[in-house]
Amino acid sequence: MSEKKRLTREQIAERAARELPDGAYVNLGWGIPNLIADHLPAGITVYFHSENGILGMGRRAKPGEEDFDLVDAMKVPVTLIPGASFFHQADAHLMTRGGHLDVAVLGAFQVSQRGDLANWKVPGSAGVGAIGGAMDIAAGTKKVIVCMEHTTRDGQAKIVQECTYPLTCLACVDTIVTDLAVIDVTEHGLVLRDLAPGWTAEEVQQLTGAPLKV
Amino acid sequence: MCATLDAAVDAIPDGARIMFGGFGSSGFPNNLIQALVRRGTKNITAISNNCGTRDGELSPLFKSGQIRHVIAAFPGPHSFAFQERHAAGEVTIELVPQGILCERMRAAAAGLLGFYTTVGVATEVAAGKEERIINGQRCILEMPIGADYAFIKADKSDGLGNLTYRLAARNFNPIMAMAAATTIAEVEEVVPVGAIDPEMVVTPAIFVHRVVVAKGIRYV
Repeated sequence: MSEKKRLTREQIAERAARELPDGAYVNLGWGIPNLIADHLPAGITVYFHSENGILGMGRRAKPGEEDFDLVDAMKVPVTLIPGASFFHQADAHLMTRGGHLDVAVLGAFQVSQRGDLANWKVPGSAGVGAIGGAMDIAAGTKKVIVCMEHTTRDGQAKIVQECTYPLTCLACVDTIVTDLAVIDVTEHGLVLRDLAPGWTAEEVQQLTGAPLKV
Repeated sequence: MCATLDAAVDAIPDGARIMFGGFGSSGFPNNLIQALVRRGTKNITAISNNCGTRDGELSPLFKSGQIRHVIAAFPGPHSFAFQERHAAGEVTIELVPQGILCERMRAAAAGLLGFYTTVGVATEVAAGKEERIINGQRCILEMPIGADYAFIKADKSDGLGNLTYRLAARNFNPIMAMAAATTIAEVEEVVPVGAIDPEMVVTPAIFVHRVVVAKGIRYV
């Protein structure tokens, strides 16, 4: 089963982009979520928010077009779309914590069946970890989508009953988009909504650490 | 107005608490940081989003051993000088969620004595903090963060210290300017009083105490 084709990181980003409503204000986190801006469906306008004080980020800057006073949360030079605005970091996080953003798309190490999120530190790794804006964004945004690979490199489930990695936020994740499936976190547990081409619900369940309703 | 960078950081004593603006590749007071390395102030508590990137931003102050304690949100993967000092037990760190770092500074600036937030509940960040329930939600008490000095980077200043910023380079700078007892700004250009449209002023001069012109050093 492990030889079966999974979605690439770009394809996960593309699938997650289809979850974004037209006109939404959206924050993108580190990792796969950062690829979403380049994979928006045609005809959809989304106002991307960056924690360093930008609303209305466009695509990444092309070579020669970079301005290093205009970078996203990953330090990548970006562009603006018409209607963009700047503000300071406190107002940027007032938008995240205060529930002003419609959607945040974040990376994750683990998500629990209740939607607990762990995405800032790997246990046993060197160093102190790096929280950045993730706790503010996860705690306050109306809808949190996680984009990640379904399992770790050595095949461990990343969707689990209880997170064992240091927590970012309790019960904040609404939807999980992986290289195998789209799963909603509901009051009644995890609900499998979509499958990657060629995968069955049973196969995805075997690679998931918590029960999935179909 | 200070004639030189060294004059701008003059008289900063050992043990000072200093805020440093900047995020990503933009808005770091890199010239002031280098002046502080030359001055040699020791036992600094640094408050900043990150902990240096490769050779830039706060890294020279970690390399020189001038920072003892840091309050930060994102000690990034390339904060090598910090990582080395931290592993050796020479630097301690308090990790703070980024928006809470902003808000704790803003509380200090606004004369508020703390606030409750849901951010960080049930995480390592909540350790040792008072927890209570407000409107049915678990939340923790966060205390203000003030400082003796803020080192900030702006684009233009007028002769009074009214500041404007360029693009996303404002990031933490306006908040730190408000939260510190003494704010020192390095700017690209000083213009006459009255030359900045009052509607365009981002940081009013009341928050700015020293200004020095220095062309940006940037680490990308």
